[in-house]
Amino acid sequence: MEHLISLFVRSIFVDNMIFAFFLGMCSYLAVSKSVKTALGLGVAVTFVLLITVPVDYCLQQYVLGPDCLVEGVDLSFLSFILFIAVIAAIVQLVEMVVERFSPSLYAALGIFLPLIAVNCAIMGASLFMQQRVTMPDTNSQAITSIWDALAYALGSGIGWLLAITCLAAIREKMAYTDVPRPLQGLGITFITVGLMAMAFMCFSGLNL
Amino acid sequence: MSQLFSKANMEALTSPLNLNNPVVVQVLGICSALAVTAQLEPAIVMGLSVTIITAFSNLIISLIRNSIPNRIRIIVQLVVVAALVTIVSQVLKAFAYDVSVQLSVYVGLIITNCILMGRLEAFAMMNKPWPSFLDGIGNGIGYAIILVIVAFFRELLGSGTLFGLQVVPQWCYDHGYVNNGMMTMPAMSLIIVGCVIWAHRAYNKELS
Repeated sequence: MEHLISLFVRSIFVDNMIFAFFLGMCSYLAVSKSVKTALGLGVAVTFVLLITVPVDYCLQQYVLGPDCLVEGVDLSFLSFILFIAVIAAIVQLVEMVVERFSPSLYAALGIFLPLIAVNCAIMGASLFMQQRVTMPDTNSQAITSIWDALAYALGSGIGWLLAITCLAAIREKMAYTDVPRPLQGLGITFITVGLMAMAFMCFSGLNL
Repeated sequence: MSQLFSKANMEALTSPLNLNNPVVVQVLGICSALAVTAQLEPAIVMGLSVTIITAFSNLIISLIRNSIPNRIRIIVQLVVVAALVTIVSQVLKAFAYDVSVQLSVYVGLIITNCILMGRLEAFAMMNKPWPSFLDGIGNGIGYAIILVIVAFFRELLGSGTLFGLQVVPQWCYDHGYVNNGMMTMPAMSLIIVGCVIWAHRAYNKELS
């Protein structure tokens, strides 16, 4: 239980997808103009993470790992293709569900819903999970069961949601400031994210 | 021969280097551009890998573009890219193991690099193979240039070295010069990219 909570909190603050690993930057920069759509995308990303990481965990443990399917065969070189196929399929599924049950959210997210498939945060979480599976039990970052995988996915998703909502709120305020012309738009956004990342570095000493 | 390097083809090759740069103008592929640039060597390896993968995935998709059903084109593209990335990752593991350990998950994340999907969707799906190949090389090099610029400043100011060789002379340290440890942190790469964008837009006035 302690391990679960530690994994969860660490993946929100210390191993934040955006500020520590820069994953999912493209949609992070493109969709952070208003808080409302940013929240919607954050929830969608969290949801997709919550499904894909445990599924990829099962694949890694029961299909891809050494000696799983066939004795003496390590299939882990297939992991890229298999993971991306799982992600693409689940994003397609989520898209259909959202379209059926919440047409307004579907319209607000637009092109970025299918683009979650190529959001590096999702693929990145699966690949980090694959790295952490091989860690020893005593390591606080190790993922040893499907519950660990779930906690890690939920934490990463919430961390991403937190980051995109903060940036959207700052950018809404920043629309009224006087920024030098060449720095307007993209340039100042990068520098803002840099400063936010520095603030998040304070958490890196956190020991759980 | 003259047809192979006609004006339109050269345009496809050279415009991504400056006015249509994938990183600082189109804002694609930011994640890896930020994460692997603490030192020059991994940055160059990453730039080369992305160039090769972009060029060949553009070529392959362009060759089969007329036989891909429109509805499932994203999955077809992802599979082609994932196969190429798997090959590059295995080659790196075999011939440049140290660098591949440094790059860790970011090699796998080339699959979800937006430059690839962006170029496949925007260029390779509606152009002939040879221009698509050139476009891929151009975009890859445009990406690599930014990586090298960022890595140059981060390694020089952060650890006083280039390619791991000491370039800041010892007497500077004797007279009180100190490496800026901040530069080796991930947060600073965002701010450096922000400054690169600033300089690029100030130089090319028509962009801002």
